[in-house]
Amino acid sequence: MTSRIDLRVLPMGEEALLVEVADTAQVMALAAVLRALVEAEEGPFGAVVDLVPAARTVLLHAATGTDLGALATAVESVAARTPAVPGADDDEDRVEIAVAYGGSDLAEVARLVGLTEREVVRAHTGSTWRVAFCGFAPGFGYLVDGDPRLRVPRHPAPRSTVPAGSVALAGEFSAVYPRSSPGGWQLIGSTEMVLWDLDRSPPALLRPGRAVRFVEEP
Amino acid sequence: MSAALEVLDPGPLTLVQDLGRRGVAAIGVGRSGAADLTAYRLGARLVAHDEGLAALEVVLGSLVARVRGGDLTVALTGAAAPALVDDRPVPHAAPLHLRAGQVLRLGVPAAGLRTYLTVRGGLAVPEVLGSRSTDTLAGLGPAPVRAGDVLRVLGYRGPFPNVDVAPVPPPTADRVVLEVRTGPRHAWFARPDALAAQTWQVSSRSDRVGVRLEGEPLARAQRWEGTELPSEGMVRGCLQVPAGGLPVLFLSDHPVTGGYPVIGVVVPSDVDRAAQLQPGQQVGFRWRG
Repeated sequence: MTSRIDLRVLPMGEEALLVEVADTAQVMALAAVLRALVEAEEGPFGAVVDLVPAARTVLLHAATGTDLGALATAVESVAARTPAVPGADDDEDRVEIAVAYGGSDLAEVARLVGLTEREVVRAHTGSTWRVAFCGFAPGFGYLVDGDPRLRVPRHPAPRSTVPAGSVALAGEFSAVYPRSSPGGWQLIGSTEMVLWDLDRSPPALLRPGRAVRFVEEP
Repeated sequence: MSAALEVLDPGPLTLVQDLGRRGVAAIGVGRSGAADLTAYRLGARLVAHDEGLAALEVVLGSLVARVRGGDLTVALTGAAAPALVDDRPVPHAAPLHLRAGQVLRLGVPAAGLRTYLTVRGGLAVPEVLGSRSTDTLAGLGPAPVRAGDVLRVLGYRGPFPNVDVAPVPPPTADRVVLEVRTGPRHAWFARPDALAAQTWQVSSRSDRVGVRLEGEPLARAQRWEGTELPSEGMVRGCLQVPAGGLPVLFLSDHPVTGGYPVIGVVVPSDVDRAAQLQPGQQVGFRWRG
């Protein structure tokens, strides 16, 4: 039997609830269901203005005056019906990101994980990643479900400038820097794709739930 | 030519602000918006236009601006900066009718940090993701206002203001006590009551992201010492406590997610009061449960 999501609802002021679950996979499963309910303005979910998934939590930020108790009850009843694994990939919405591998940390990453540089590239392009959540900067998506061999620590001292389009690894995550910023992740390549474009709706290429495949540029 | 406000001197920092952005936190964009929403809303009421139109948020006064191309109705709210129109003093928190060519000059407020200059009709700067607010952390929205900027004002139809002056207490320079509700990581602290048991001081490193507090650091409970918190969603009013134990009270440009525990969440109207605290000012907290 599939297990259901077990959660804790934590207080977050007069307009928000912080829902804590066991891991990022449960966050993704719960956030996908909640997102659909919020978009459909279903019952108490119609009052939710912002839904913010993160590593272990989903924040529900509601309109002023919302009955948070009723919202918490609704979240609990949804979670009790939601299997604790993310749904199948929505391949129609999958995005391919062409990467020129060879970032300044590729050799170091290969050494850290005990693979050759070619094997790191094959591992990074060999599975479908998924955007678990965004944060750090507009359009910065935290990608999960990649090859588990690619887990590397962050740099002990962050770089003051990481160029836009840098493809990076840290912990269980991969990411693409949407714009030039300081950053502590390990850089293994770069892409020409525009991750953040205010003239596009929505401006973020990577948004929670989206499936991502990295492809090596010939 | 439609009426406009020509900025002759923006003072230390003048930004365009409205109610901020909604529904884009999931892609990493926070709300931003006026730091003191109470003062911003009062401005809209005094000039009798809809909430949500863009106004100027002026830090520590000193703004000088000239009316161009037509007459304007404006109001000053928030920190009570002494104000002159063509060298004649004008009241705070009251609608002011300015004629083309007149110059509005703000002094430095004795108490409070942010003065709102609301122009009836709102400022016609381009919207980004549904708001004209400058988000200083995300780098979104209009650039800070510079000398020489001509801010066009949108036309507005509707009844003219019929309020003379709003009896609102201006921000104080005295010790301020803010009400706070239990936060999601309250139990991570050895003595959460230590937050309310002392008087904190506002750091000069405070900005629209947050009010940084100086005082006796809050110690973690033994069980949570050295534990790293996976980043989680934040809201305006969160009292986030980084590893050093000195809380940061998040204001409008706070990061969408944060990786330090939140001990409490300040109630919304008191976040507005916090946005008016000057560096060095004393602040305390009272638990509301």
